[in-house]
Amino acid sequence: MNAVYYISSVVAVVATVAAVTGLNAVHSLLYLIVSFLAVALIFFTLGAPVIAALEVIIYAGAIIVLFIFVVMILNLGDVAVEQEKRWTVGKMWVGPALLALVLMAELVYVLFQQTVHHLPGAGPIQPQDLGATLFGPYMLGVELASMVLLAGLVGAYHLGRRRQPDETAQERQEPVDAGARR
Amino acid sequence: MASIPMEQGLLLAGVLFAIGLTGVLVRRNIIFVLLSLEVMLNAAGLAFIVAGYRWGQPDGQVLFLFVLTMAAAEVSVGLALVLQLHRVFKTLDVDVASRMRG
Repeated sequence: MNAVYYISSVVAVVATVAAVTGLNAVHSLLYLIVSFLAVALIFFTLGAPVIAALEVIIYAGAIIVLFIFVVMILNLGDVAVEQEKRWTVGKMWVGPALLALVLMAELVYVLFQQTVHHLPGAGPIQPQDLGATLFGPYMLGVELASMVLLAGLVGAYHLGRRRQPDETAQERQEPVDAGARR
Repeated sequence: MASIPMEQGLLLAGVLFAIGLTGVLVRRNIIFVLLSLEVMLNAAGLAFIVAGYRWGQPDGQVLFLFVLTMAAAEVSVGLALVLQLHRVFKTLDVDVASRMRG
């Protein structure tokens, strides 16, 4: 199981680097799927099988599908790749990468200052315990999460809807709204 | 089940988070910025899972579920904003939308 953990963590890091540095959006999203699958495998080795399944279903499934929908709607092609080449020149990576590297080095320093804690080789955390905790002490969090999802749904619908021509005419009669539009 | 040092799990989370942070700082295409944000949220969730496994408590997994919910809500609003940005400015460059004047 240790070998599974180490191999999938290397895969996750390589795939994430490829996703973040990629030029073609669809290729980057495919690399991101690989990264999420590797992280799901890590969750499985860390005794969280339910979370591993949710990672595959929601991250590698739903969220990536949303991304791919948007890329398909925008219909980006070779022109976008050329544009990306112009936007992200090599030397742009140096500054932010160095800063992030410094932060990560500090994190690693703090982590390895302490005595090493070995994770227990015990079995996975049972889904029953997860459910009992989620709907026990964290009930308020579940309610708040439902409100966040509702707000996300309404916000996405409002922002994503296409304005109808008659609606534009309606807004012209209301100068406040018309001024806010471009 | 794996019996690795906890620090290595947190180290992986830190590495993934740093990669995502670099992506957010560098990229100009808003789709890649959102993609890097997803990487960062996923790394934070990984840290929760590792910490939860360290103490054998389900709380870390519960918090991962909340991170997951938040990521889903964030990405739906973010992608709707991408569509709106493309409709208004005909580009995906985040620098264009830095003037805060519609």
